[in-house]
Amino acid sequence: MRSSRLLHIPFWLTYVFLYAPIVVLVVMSFNSGESAYTYEGFSLKWYGELAQNELVLKGLVNTLIVATGSTLIATVLGTLLAVGLARHTRSKALEALALMPAVLPDLVIAIGLLLFFGMIQLTLGRYSVVLAHGLFAMAFVAAVVRTRLSGADTSLEEASRDLGAGAVTTFMKVTLPQLAPGIVAGALLAFTLSLDEFVIAFFTIGNLEQTLPIVIYSMIRFGVTPEINALAAILLLVSFTAVIAGQRLTKIGESRAQD
Amino acid sequence: MSPSRGRRLGAFVFLSPGLTYLVVLLLVPLAMVLSYTVFQRGRFGGVVYEFTTENFTRLFDPLYLGVVVESLKMAGLATLIALLVGYPTAYLITRLPGRWKTVALVMVVLPFWTNFIIRVYAWIILLSGEGLINSGLEAIGLGPYELLYNQGAIVTGLVYSYLPLMVLPLYATIEKLDPQLREASANLGASGFTTFRRVTLPLTLPGVMTGSLFVFVPSLGNFVIPEMLGGGKSSMVGNLIRKEFLSARDWPFGSTLALALIAALLVLLVVQAWVARRA
Repeated sequence: MRSSRLLHIPFWLTYVFLYAPIVVLVVMSFNSGESAYTYEGFSLKWYGELAQNELVLKGLVNTLIVATGSTLIATVLGTLLAVGLARHTRSKALEALALMPAVLPDLVIAIGLLLFFGMIQLTLGRYSVVLAHGLFAMAFVAAVVRTRLSGADTSLEEASRDLGAGAVTTFMKVTLPQLAPGIVAGALLAFTLSLDEFVIAFFTIGNLEQTLPIVIYSMIRFGVTPEINALAAILLLVSFTAVIAGQRLTKIGESRAQD
Repeated sequence: MSPSRGRRLGAFVFLSPGLTYLVVLLLVPLAMVLSYTVFQRGRFGGVVYEFTTENFTRLFDPLYLGVVVESLKMAGLATLIALLVGYPTAYLITRLPGRWKTVALVMVVLPFWTNFIIRVYAWIILLSGEGLINSGLEAIGLGPYELLYNQGAIVTGLVYSYLPLMVLPLYATIEKLDPQLREASANLGASGFTTFRRVTLPLTLPGVMTGSLFVFVPSLGNFVIPEMLGGGKSSMVGNLIRKEFLSARDWPFGSTLALALIAALLVLLVVQAWVARRA
């Protein structure tokens, strides 16, 4: 088919377009020279520099605290919310509300939280970002767990209730084990999202602290260096690994649900 | 305990923690943004609770209106390019054999799950005066061109960041399309292009709308890409909002700009729902 072959051009262009910048960035992180543009030879020295960069290390600690804290909030609240929405209400409005943080522009959420934290006079820092990231991460966890719930067999839950178990017992002993792969996948997603999130963190962290994306952002303002490339390459690797692990988990969950 | 009371207790146990969180950290903040639009600015940021319509009049100041129009243009252009590249890509993915389909889809989405700042930063390296593209052009006797810090760079960055959001909904609608419809059209003598124009495209219009919305909305509110790739020369609505909140400290006007952004989004959602219902 001639028309079909013509379509191959934009198809391959898409993949080159998507991956060329990433490949160049990673290659340049191994540059032995000072420039982020001209490759001179292989070296790991910029990765070494990173390990001694105070700002980067502090940013890493903040990022890990924020991602861990917000993932905990998002996983617990998001899972409960998903079960509640799937089994205990038919309200379309509540469902829309639960998805809202994932749909609204991040900038709108960011300024809303900035105003709100200002009003309740919460000191801005990594803990205000934990609360902020918990919000949108919860929406994603709820969505992932919800998808698994709607595909799941409800007969076990019904049997448990018929045998006299209450809602909470049924949840702990029957629903939760069935949902486990979905919950882990949701938590992984929440962690990755928080790790990479910039806009909301930028608005709600205040002036005294930084997460890694904010560190990168402010480093770029002082010029482009292979050191930024090294940091970027590490973060890319972490995100890719988390996404692929999440993908695997969802698959395991699916095949187990079919058994 | 009666079953209905148990049910209500269950609903309360499962729904109340998440809903409380949503009300306190989403609805209350949004209500604050909304209310700030009719109040006056405080001298050092914050707000003075005196009613004014000045924020809305300022919105129509040619200075700000120009930025809005410029943002609409750039977000629109990014959406159009993403559609022109994304549609054939999504179409070809649906034609791949099973295993490759998954691989191709994951490959499209994967960059989207990586750090946004890093993806934008990568383009600085590519587009800069000494960057790879200019070096390549120089090798064949062209350039160097000013590729960075202009509107072209901003649009490139927007397309790059949100292309996966175009391909996914397109893939979903094209995949659902019955291949027999295309065959019937071809058997009745329609050329490949006519079949596309009269059969495939109209039936996949909801996907086109959803994908366009997914690219257009985040493009419109973006402030990072114009700042990093546009060099701060041309700004978009997102930059204005950022400036009003973090440096100009005019929170009421910043809130009004944000409200305008949400209003634009709602209009687009309504249009999209309308197209989806007609298709």
